[in-house]
Amino acid sequence: MKVLVPVKRVIDYNVKVRVKADGSGVDLANVKMSMNPFDEIAVEEAIRLKEAGKADEVVAVSIGVKQAQETLRTALAMGADRAILVVAAEDVHTDIEPLAVAKILAKVVEEEQPGIVLAGKQAIDNDMNATGQMLSALLGWSQGTFASELDIDGDTAKVTREVDGGLQTISVKMPAIVTVDLRLNEPRYASLPNIMKAKKKPMAEKTAADYGVDTTPRLEVVSTSEPAARAAGIMVGSVDELVEKLKEAGAV
Amino acid sequence: MAVLLLAEVTDGALALDATAKAVTAAAALGDVTVLAAGASAAAAGAEAAKIAGVAKVLVAEDASLGHRLAEPTAALIVSLAGDYEHIVAPATTDAKNVLPRVAALLDVMVISDVTAVVDGSTFERPIYAGNAIQTVKSSDAKKVISFRTATFDAAGDGGSAAVETIGAAENPGLSEWIEDKVAASDRPELTSAGVVVSGGRGVGSEDDFKLIEGLADKLGAAVGASRAAVDSGYAPNDWQVGQTGKVVAPDLYIAIGISGAIQHLAGMKDSKVIVAINKDEEAPIFQVADFGLVADLFAAVPELTEKLG
Repeated sequence: MKVLVPVKRVIDYNVKVRVKADGSGVDLANVKMSMNPFDEIAVEEAIRLKEAGKADEVVAVSIGVKQAQETLRTALAMGADRAILVVAAEDVHTDIEPLAVAKILAKVVEEEQPGIVLAGKQAIDNDMNATGQMLSALLGWSQGTFASELDIDGDTAKVTREVDGGLQTISVKMPAIVTVDLRLNEPRYASLPNIMKAKKKPMAEKTAADYGVDTTPRLEVVSTSEPAARAAGIMVGSVDELVEKLKEAGAV
Repeated sequence: MAVLLLAEVTDGALALDATAKAVTAAAALGDVTVLAAGASAAAAGAEAAKIAGVAKVLVAEDASLGHRLAEPTAALIVSLAGDYEHIVAPATTDAKNVLPRVAALLDVMVISDVTAVVDGSTFERPIYAGNAIQTVKSSDAKKVISFRTATFDAAGDGGSAAVETIGAAENPGLSEWIEDKVAASDRPELTSAGVVVSGGRGVGSEDDFKLIEGLADKLGAAVGASRAAVDSGYAPNDWQVGQTGKVVAPDLYIAIGISGAIQHLAGMKDSKVIVAINKDEEAPIFQVADFGLVADLFAAVPELTEKLG
């Protein structure tokens, strides 16, 4: 079975986000970029499936700017076998919408015929939480979202999902789209020898046009602004003072 | 212009608070028709009909709709979509599972976690864990939207909408429910509680989380946790507050032993009053707190529990 893992290049998890002065978006020039943390978990799970003998090939795919090849190299260094880069934007500030990404991925799936697609549940930049579900809809496949456990057994997979009330376990027909949540696994760090080896692994380069997908956004960004700041609070010196302040504020 | 609102229905029961908050948001867009879907949904539909501002309720009862599985629920919504310009829901995990599937089937973009309605096609939503607010204008004929409930007040009662029973769509038969593991609790539900007491990594163990729970019970509060506390195994994931967990905006939020990573702040910084107790005076949580106390939580929390109420 082949596993396809879409990965996204996003601002690094630890970088403080700055809104551009002209309100056109978030400043991404000269900012540290990394693989979306949820996608790292998806790559890790795919590699574990291969190590467990349940998968024989792990293919990573990224859709975005040319620099996303660095993100794909990270996936290759972790243990993916090969990569597909789909260049769909020139400016690093262009975010390809989940619908367009899902349409391109659907074409990649047609070509590659994976048995499962493992994706992060959301990207930490646009926080849309949509691509996996949209891909599943376009393919008419089953979907298991927000997975914290995955157990593939022949034609079905058991997916335990993180939901508001706790956990839900469902059985999905293969092939399936599974989007992963934080507690599925802890991604490995790529070792230096593997980083060196990753440079020699194959990476195909395509464009959105190769797949005949129109990536024109459906959502026009009118403006981007800083969230309203909270008024400065006060420090109290003791529990008694805290209780007094809370009573004054009518909070208790 | 008409709005179809997917009610939050779990095992036949309506999640009134989440649904009523979404009604408030949706009412700005047009006449609201609520869809209550489930293996049993008539009671939930009858309850939704009483929410002020609801024009009509559709009840769809079918075994295939029983466990909020994405494929049959999305198929049902798509079969109804022709009559509506907006298809909306509260931004719960169930809606986030279903709505993007609906949007893709309709060939439109989904707009997740909307915090404000500017007009019928323009919406505000947080991005980058709430570190920026984006205003987006949709060019799609139909808009598929989830509303972040923490930012809208619940619509009141007093409505008397007509209830109509409809059939389910054909079940694509792609997935089956096996089980739900829901923690039984007498405490209020996290996203609708008036008071939330949350613990972080500083609490140190699952056992010591009882301190947090003790204070919560004294205040009739829900219990929350930071991702660090969840990752360390001190608290279950459904208590997680933050970018990847739940978003809450209670009247009072007490953060204990939580440093205040931006991913956590994303889930609670709209609370009305924020209290932070942390032994590290440099902790970023103090920058959003109305009242900060630098103290050892193991001394301060029992004292606070004793002196409150």
